[in-house]
Amino acid sequence: MTDQPRQVEDLHLRNLTKKFGDYTAVDTLSLTIPAGSFFALLGASGCGKTTTLRMVAGLEDPTDGTISIGDRDITGTRAFERPVNTVFQSYALFPHLDIFENVAFGLRRRKVKDVKPQVERMLELVELGPLARRKPAQLSGGQQQRVAVARALINQPDVLLLDEPLGALDLKLRRQMQIELKRIQTEVGTTFVHVTHDQEEAMTMADTVAVMNSGRIEQMGHPADIYELPRTVFVANFLGQSNLFAGHKSGVTGDEYVVSANGQTFAVPTARCFTDGDSIIVGVRPEKMTVLDAIDIGKIPEHHNRVGGRVTDVSYMGVSTQYLVMTAWDQEIIVFEQNVVVGDRSAVGDDVLIHWSPRHTFGLDGSAGTTVGVDPDVLELEAVNQALASDDSAG
Amino acid sequence: MRWLRKHILAIIAIAVLVYLFIPIAVIMVLSFNNPAGKFNLSWNEFSTDAWTGLCDVPGVCSSFVQSIEIGLIATIIATVLGTMISFALVRYRFRGRSTTNLLIFLPMATPEVVMGASLLALFLNMKFPLGILTITVAHIMFIISFVVVTVKARLQGMDPRLEEAARDLYADSRAVFRYVTFPLVLPGILGAALLGFSLSFDDFIISYFNAGTLVTFPIFIWGAAQRGIPVQVNALATLVFLIALAIVLGGQFFQFRRRKSLDRPAPLVAAEKVDAFSRS
Amino acid sequence: MAVVMPQATTTKPATVAQRKSSTGYLLLFPGIAWLGVFFAIPLVTLFATSLQTPIEGKTGKYQPGFDVGNYADAISQYWPQFLRSFLYAGTATVLALVIAYPLAYFIAFRAGKWRSLMLVLVVAPSFASFLLRTYAWKTILADDGPITSTLNTLHLLPDGRLLNTWVAVVAGLTYNFLPFMILPLYAALEKIDPRLVEAASDLYASPATAFRKITWPLSMPGVVAGTLLTFIPAAGDYINASLLGSPKNRMIGNAIQNNFIEFRDYPMASALSFILMAIILVLVFTYIRRAGTEDLV
Repeated sequence: MTDQPRQVEDLHLRNLTKKFGDYTAVDTLSLTIPAGSFFALLGASGCGKTTTLRMVAGLEDPTDGTISIGDRDITGTRAFERPVNTVFQSYALFPHLDIFENVAFGLRRRKVKDVKPQVERMLELVELGPLARRKPAQLSGGQQQRVAVARALINQPDVLLLDEPLGALDLKLRRQMQIELKRIQTEVGTTFVHVTHDQEEAMTMADTVAVMNSGRIEQMGHPADIYELPRTVFVANFLGQSNLFAGHKSGVTGDEYVVSANGQTFAVPTARCFTDGDSIIVGVRPEKMTVLDAIDIGKIPEHHNRVGGRVTDVSYMGVSTQYLVMTAWDQEIIVFEQNVVVGDRSAVGDDVLIHWSPRHTFGLDGSAGTTVGVDPDVLELEAVNQALASDDSAG
Repeated sequence: MRWLRKHILAIIAIAVLVYLFIPIAVIMVLSFNNPAGKFNLSWNEFSTDAWTGLCDVPGVCSSFVQSIEIGLIATIIATVLGTMISFALVRYRFRGRSTTNLLIFLPMATPEVVMGASLLALFLNMKFPLGILTITVAHIMFIISFVVVTVKARLQGMDPRLEEAARDLYADSRAVFRYVTFPLVLPGILGAALLGFSLSFDDFIISYFNAGTLVTFPIFIWGAAQRGIPVQVNALATLVFLIALAIVLGGQFFQFRRRKSLDRPAPLVAAEKVDAFSRS
Repeated sequence: MAVVMPQATTTKPATVAQRKSSTGYLLLFPGIAWLGVFFAIPLVTLFATSLQTPIEGKTGKYQPGFDVGNYADAISQYWPQFLRSFLYAGTATVLALVIAYPLAYFIAFRAGKWRSLMLVLVVAPSFASFLLRTYAWKTILADDGPITSTLNTLHLLPDGRLLNTWVAVVAGLTYNFLPFMILPLYAALEKIDPRLVEAASDLYASPATAFRKITWPLSMPGVVAGTLLTFIPAAGDYINASLLGSPKNRMIGNAIQNNFIEFRDYPMASALSFILMAIILVLVFTYIRRAGTEDLV
């Protein structure tokens, strides 16, 4: 299956909208997915990503908007007329057909000649050759998944859609499949559109990640770009974790804003700020922070941002240690420290100072509050924990 | 004593199964009986006469064949009609759904006496002659509901994603039906047909009301019950029972065999595990 | 404050898009027409017949009329049969429930790989003629048979016989409709997650309590379906009463059959049928209301 990467064209979604009665699942979504890229659509359940995928596949009719591949408008075409194939979340393998016939299904419907050698080659590609005559029920989850991929890819679609295909697999197998899929995509050159709620998966596999919320795209870009520089509170909270401090701009020095929040002063590069008004939310990722004992205040580089507090939790996670530090204004800060030096950890109850470089700081529009994008269940638990912790420290 | 406590449920369950089969055993045993008088009610002496001379008694074989004929025709028509209704119910929107449901499920809740009687009233009022046509019509009527229930359940249990996958893989509506929907519903349709046939073959009450002078197998038995049921009837009934049992058990065994051969042989399983591990 | 909306499922339930087209009506029409003509209309005709009046001088011939008095006659003449039918059917249903439940429970929870085979064995007896099976009970319960003799020596039989008594009729009814009780019970029990019972015992419930509080309530849809599928045909049955009972045990089915076939008193027979239907419908609806399950089929 090593023909040179195919000539494919960009996938354009323009003002794509889908309403179910009063409920708007997808809201004027406009997106261009570059040809031959691995594109991830990332979002929580119910954000509209699966609906978008189904519209591209032709399994759902848009209420408004268009879908085109290059110059070809495919909005009105039916699913079986589109050069688009789907790998379904539950695989949807035909239980009454064996693996060979499952993979051959699309070819047969299109009246393609020489089905047998093509199917055999594809099964080799996904390493399922000897199982060709078995039925789906006899295969493991990982094997079924590969059949689903093979069945879709064999038709050489312009766009391959993957609807959370790795969800049912256990961790190690999932990692493996992620690498597999990336390899296949590079080899074959088809545009892959991968829908998932798993951010690690999205960032590992994709060239471009789009974060979706309530039917709209919040931010899109290279995984590293959108992770290091989120532009909305939602992205800051949904993609990885962030510590957010609500405050207002109190001045400018050189290329940095001076922000005052909760009685503290922070420096944020102007290039990393995405808010015009005075109010601003200062954010920093937990792994960018360093924890020092309070007495070591002298060790902090001068231009670094800093915050003091008391350690409330230490979780050793092998690769890193996670600290929870309670500030004077009752905000719980998360810090991930890589365990570079064995044994050098702060303990619960210690007074510490946390510092980080302004280069890692970002500034966001504060109007929606700091908890947008956090799972509501998590929020609830956090509130309970904080209440208990402040009871402890007060009592 | 404790063994009893642990296994009491199993014992009761087996006892109930045995209870279900006692009359069957009686029927089978008495088919080898040479009764003392007209009535084949108690054991007299062993004889295979009934088996070797299955059609010796007039009316036995002709009524048997009659029942099969009616059963086949009624089953085929009722299965087709019932399957069509099932598809309509599950896959299409239409007005008057609750009335439709009522009309379909009410026959199953109506006593046979009432259904047979009402049909007879209809035929009488229409001055329509009673006979094979009226019986077949009646059978189709009450089989349809059972077909709908069976096929509908099968349709509803089908993963809708499978049809979507087919459409995604270039199958138009006809191809989706032909290659995915129909093969997957077929077992349900066959099961419904089997059920329908057995309901028709064994039906007495509705048939009796609407037969006129026609004699089906159950009607023959009923008539003979006063005079003494010929031993051949036992033999034929045993035959039907064994054939039906063989078909059903055969189907089960066939499925079981397929599932067994699907377990991967041990060496292959081990090899796969090594592969997976070395790749990680 | 905007918050991510938690949803129980991803987007929406997976249903096949329901197509609205004339195809649906086309598919429905033949079958529904058949049922309309041969089930619904006959019921109407039956009702009309029940109101007919006899033509003077011609037995067996009736003219359309509006004699509601037929109904009064029907009840006054046959109320014992009605009562008897519902009593016998009710008793048989209760007995069937008691006998069927352990078997259904065993198949659902304990049978393991024997499950399919046992289900086949439950259905298998239905492959032999209904009439013959009932007739076989005449042999089993014969006066000189093992069961009757044993019960006689134990002095348990006031009349000295089982056959030709209501006991035989009820026994026959229970036997014949047993599979209709077992299968719905099994279907409902099979859906119960066994881990629920485990959770109950983890929370200090004895096996008996776990059954009472968890299994039994959860099996109610099956109990309702099974009792209905048993009671309704049993109430209208007359074969068991004919073959296994004496003239004292005749049920309403016998009366309807006699009036239709032998006496040719069509109005009477029709009135009886309708009264039977009506009583059954009333009983069924109150039962369903009390048991509180909606989706039976």
